[in-house]
Amino acid sequence: MQLNNKNHILELKKPDIRELFFMAMGGLVLLFIIAPLAGMFINSSLGGLLDAAKDDVVQKSIWLTLWVSMAGTLILAFFAIPFSYLLARKNFPLKRLITGIVDLPIVIPHTAAGIAILGVISRNSVIGKLAKEIDFSFVGNPAGIMVAMAFVSLPFLINGAREGFASVPERLEKAALTLGATPIRVFFTISLPLAWRSVLSGLIMMWARGLSEFGAVIVIAYHPMVTPVLIFERFSSFGLKYARPVAALFIIVCLVIFIILRLLAENKNARS
Amino acid sequence: MLEVRNITKTIDTFALKNISFEVTQGEYFVLLGKSGVGKTILLEIISGLLEPDNGRIILDGHDVTREKIQKRHIGIVYQDKALFPHLSVQENLSYPLRCRRVSRKEIDARIEQLAEDIGFMPLLKRKPETLSSGEAQRVALARTLATEPKCLLLDEPISSLDIQAKSEIRALLRRINRSGQTMIHVTHDYEEAISLATRIAVMEDGKISQVGSPYEVFQHPKSEFVAKFIGIKNIFKGELRNSGNELAEFVTEGKRFFILSDKESGTGSMVLRGEDITISNTNLQTSARNTFKGIITDIEMDRLSSEVTVDIGIEMSALITRDSLEKLGLCLGKEVWINFKATSPRYIEE
Repeated sequence: MQLNNKNHILELKKPDIRELFFMAMGGLVLLFIIAPLAGMFINSSLGGLLDAAKDDVVQKSIWLTLWVSMAGTLILAFFAIPFSYLLARKNFPLKRLITGIVDLPIVIPHTAAGIAILGVISRNSVIGKLAKEIDFSFVGNPAGIMVAMAFVSLPFLINGAREGFASVPERLEKAALTLGATPIRVFFTISLPLAWRSVLSGLIMMWARGLSEFGAVIVIAYHPMVTPVLIFERFSSFGLKYARPVAALFIIVCLVIFIILRLLAENKNARS
Repeated sequence: MLEVRNITKTIDTFALKNISFEVTQGEYFVLLGKSGVGKTILLEIISGLLEPDNGRIILDGHDVTREKIQKRHIGIVYQDKALFPHLSVQENLSYPLRCRRVSRKEIDARIEQLAEDIGFMPLLKRKPETLSSGEAQRVALARTLATEPKCLLLDEPISSLDIQAKSEIRALLRRINRSGQTMIHVTHDYEEAISLATRIAVMEDGKISQVGSPYEVFQHPKSEFVAKFIGIKNIFKGELRNSGNELAEFVTEGKRFFILSDKESGTGSMVLRGEDITISNTNLQTSARNTFKGIITDIEMDRLSSEVTVDIGIEMSALITRDSLEKLGLCLGKEVWINFKATSPRYIEE
């Protein structure tokens, strides 16, 4: 027994070195993320940031990026959230295949995704021709940008929401049914509120991922210019010095919004 | 009132086989069986959460087998209470009423009435996670009662509670039943069954092996399984007299037994295992406080043991070895003495 105790203490002591080593590696990983970002802020002057913020083109592009990604997230959420519920609750044939399909946008190259989407919504496609009937074109239009953003970011919402629904005890839904609730009412009063934290987190992730999309968007629409495309354009036309303030400003705007959203979400959950 | 006809259901390797029974209005029906014999599945079939492979559920003369859950008027209370964690106690209680589009004013009135009846007035604003298990079970019961179910199904409603809460909830269940509520209660605990049931159905291996009053089921088990599972043949309804100072007495059909119990005086059942009774040919001086003279009316032999029934004014069954049976020369009609200690029987209050 005592021998065991001794061994136990030895085992506890040994990892200290290991943990130190791991911490050092963790520090390097953090540095790897932080250093480029910090460097960018250090190298961009406050004046440059302010100039970028006052630049009409930059302002318009940031607004466009924010709202188009938001619109895409909300529209797809209407379809994706009920679908996530099905994925979490039901077993059906080919379920593994379907969950695999959901993850496809994450694993394929985004420019390739852009080409694929273009094939569906270009002026020559069926959808494109239908759109032309009402004098509308996806290409070069915020609607096209929205489709591209939503395509590549949708898995974040579906996977987040699915995990949320899976963690709601089925028994609560059964209890609600026996208390006289219709299945649709059970979904809105029990399943969705209890999974809300994960669903919201999925929504935020989807939006965030949509905002930052470059590859798929540039294939569909160079204009109107979303901020990632604008940053690229400034960089390729004028160089690093001109691209940097826009990039820094965009990062600041995104960070502020996400921090606020996260805090709001946490507060809401803390209260309930 | 509720009729379960030939219900069959197979889930993976588990199967309910041809389950049939009938529950009459106002009855307290207990399904007794080990965990894993399919009691919860049966309840979920009756409530409509699961569809049977075969068979029918008939409620008040109507076939409800394919009826929607919310139209069945059958309530179910789970062992884990299944209170909605994101809603307050009050919101949990109003949930079934809001589903029925009852007016705000009436909801408040009904909740107040329920809270008073079931006794949890001060809890209304609390969240379920802050409730004790007994409180949570009260709220779960009240929430289901708010639907005014024709039949109330209870899935192990007492098992997970602490001792204090157990007897409170038992008393509450009895009270609810006495107000006319038909109830089906599943449990693995024979004490619960004795304490509450007007009738018991014993479930084993996906089948119902016996249905009857507690006394029929316990004293005349139909299968070896029932006999072994319950293991008690001596069960008597009577009155406990406990002054608190000395050993309590249990009185039944004119017989008085000494019994160690801290329960208060009242009516209930005394149960005694056959293994705890000794038989002798003469009146021995022992430490056992209960000694009676009687006549052997039945001997049932098993491979190693034998069950000897002795009539001492009431019939008691003793379980003794074949060896003892032969050494004492026991036979039908023989006059013998039976002994058991006051610590052997259990008193189960009603």
